[in-house]
Amino acid sequence: MFAIAKRELFSLFQTPLAWLLLAVTQAVLAYVFLRLLQAFAQAQGQLQGLPGAPGVTRMVAMPLLETCAFVMMVLVPLLTMRAFAEEERARTLVLLLSAPVSAAAIVMGKFLGVAAFLGIIVGLTLLMPASLAVGTNLDFGQLSAGLLGLLLITGLFAALGLFVSSMTVQPAMAGAGAFGMTLMLWMLDWGVERASLFEYLSVLHHFRTFLRGLISTADLGYFLVGIALFLYLTTSRIAARRSPV
Amino acid sequence: MSTSSLIDATALTRRFGDLTAVDAVSFTLRRGEVVGFLGPNGAGKSTTMQMLAGALTPTAGGITVAGIDLLEQPAKAKRQIGYLPEQPPLYRDQSVDELLAFCAELRGVHRRHRAARIAAVKAQTGLDEVGKRLIGHLSKGFQQRVGIAQALVHDPSVVILDEPTSGLDPNQLREVRALIRELGRERGVILSTHILPEVQSVCDRVLLLRRGQIVFDDSLVTAGTGSSGELVARVAEPVTDTVRAALESAVGVLSVRLDGPLELTVSHDGRAETIDAVVCSLSGLGLRQLETEQRSLEDLFVSLTLGREH
Repeated sequence: MFAIAKRELFSLFQTPLAWLLLAVTQAVLAYVFLRLLQAFAQAQGQLQGLPGAPGVTRMVAMPLLETCAFVMMVLVPLLTMRAFAEEERARTLVLLLSAPVSAAAIVMGKFLGVAAFLGIIVGLTLLMPASLAVGTNLDFGQLSAGLLGLLLITGLFAALGLFVSSMTVQPAMAGAGAFGMTLMLWMLDWGVERASLFEYLSVLHHFRTFLRGLISTADLGYFLVGIALFLYLTTSRIAARRSPV
Repeated sequence: MSTSSLIDATALTRRFGDLTAVDAVSFTLRRGEVVGFLGPNGAGKSTTMQMLAGALTPTAGGITVAGIDLLEQPAKAKRQIGYLPEQPPLYRDQSVDELLAFCAELRGVHRRHRAARIAAVKAQTGLDEVGKRLIGHLSKGFQQRVGIAQALVHDPSVVILDEPTSGLDPNQLREVRALIRELGRERGVILSTHILPEVQSVCDRVLLLRRGQIVFDDSLVTAGTGSSGELVARVAEPVTDTVRAALESAVGVLSVRLDGPLELTVSHDGRAETIDAVVCSLSGLGLRQLETEQRSLEDLFVSLTLGREH
C-alpha cells in the first residue's frame, strides 16, 4: 500500500503538471492573501474602537482558507484524473492487479499518495497566515478548526476524483466528470431554504462551520462518511476489474 | 529438482457476458517445465494467463499455485507468480531501476534483498547499461526485457510470459529464448506465442487452445520428433531418374518431389535410419544444402485450430 502511495506521489512530481499546479496555486493564493491583508489594514482604524471586532484570523486567515478550498475544487480533479484512467489506458493497471495486494490497498495507496501532495499545498498555504503570528495575535483554535475543515474538504474531493477516474479510461473525461461533481457539491446550497436536504448535502455548508471555528460531529461525520463512501465505491470498481461480470 | 506441481488449474472457465472466452481448461505445470500455449488469436490464451496471474477472477474453476489456493489466499499465492502481460505494464516516466524497485516493494521483497534482486534480474535480462534511463525512451526490445525483468524481480517460482519475444530482433530473440530455458530449469514457465519454431526450441510441453478449450496437451516428443518430416535438399548435379528411384524405394521414404533440376523435397517417416539413407543417396550428387523441416507441429496446429469438423 505504501509502495503505491510513494510511487503515486513521486510520479506526480515527475510530471510538469504537478509543479505547474503547485506554482499557480501558490501565486493565486498569495495574491488573495495580500489583498485580504490590505483590506484588513485599511479597515483596522474603524474596527479598533468596536468591542468584539473581528480579528485578523477572521478577516484574513479564514477567507484565505475558503479561497484555498475553492481552488482545490478545480485543482483536485486535475490531479486525480490520471490516477486510474491513465493506468488503464497505459495497461499498467494489470501490474497492480496481479500484485499481492488487495483492491482496497490499491485504492488506499492512491488516495494517500494524492493526499500527501495536496497536504503539501495546504501546508504551504497555511504558512501565509502563520507568518502573521509575528506581528499580531492569531486565534490558533479557530485556525486549526479551519485547517481541519480544509483537509477534510480536500480529502473528500480527492476520494471523489479517484472514483470518477476509476470509471473511465479517458483522463480528460475523469477530470471533467470530477470537476462537475465538485462544483455541484459546492453550489448545492445556493438559494435553497435553510435546513433543507440540499443544504445538508452541500459541502460548503459543512465547511463554513469549521471556518467559524466550530468542530461539530455532524460536519466531521459528513466529510468522513463522504470520503469513506467514495473510497469504497472506487474499491468495488477496482475489485470488479478482477471479478466476473 | 522435484516434479511437484507448481500450478494446478481445474475446470477454469471465464465468461464475458455471453462470450465464453475460456471453457473448462484443466492442466498442471510442474517444476522444471516450460509449457507453451499455442492457439489462434482469440483462443483464450491471454485470458487464461491473466487468470493464472491473479489479474482476473475466473467465473468457475480453481487454481492452486505451489499448493496455495489463488482464489482464497491471493496475496500469498501471487508472491509465487511473475507475470508479463501481452503489453508490458511499464510506467514510461520512471527509470528502469525505479520501476524494478517499485515492483520489488509491491511484491513484498524484503528491503535488505531488494538491491541484490534488482541487480540480479538486470544482469539476467541484459539491462545493466540502461538502469538509469527512462523506460519511455527505451527501444521496444529493451522495454520487452524490462517487462521480463519486472516479472522476475521477486524471484517467483512460476513465470507466466504472454508473448515474451514480440518486438525483439533476432539476437535478442535468441537471448530471451536462452533465458526462458534457463528459467525453466528451476521454475515452472508458461509462455504463449504464435511462433511455432519457438515452441519447438524452448518448450517441453505444448498446450493447444481453440475457442477456449484445450484441444491438445502433450509433450513435444509426441508432437514433433518421431513423426513424419521433410528433407529439403539442394544438390550440385541434376537428380537422375536412377537416384530418384533409389530414393523412392528406400525404406521409410514416403514421397520424393522435384522442386527444380537441382532441388528436391523428400518426405520421410522421421526415423533416424531413413534420414541417414536419404543423406547417403544424395551425397553422391554433391549435397550443397540440406534443411530438415519438422512439419508435424504446424500440421497439428492447422488441423486442430482450424477445426476440420466445419
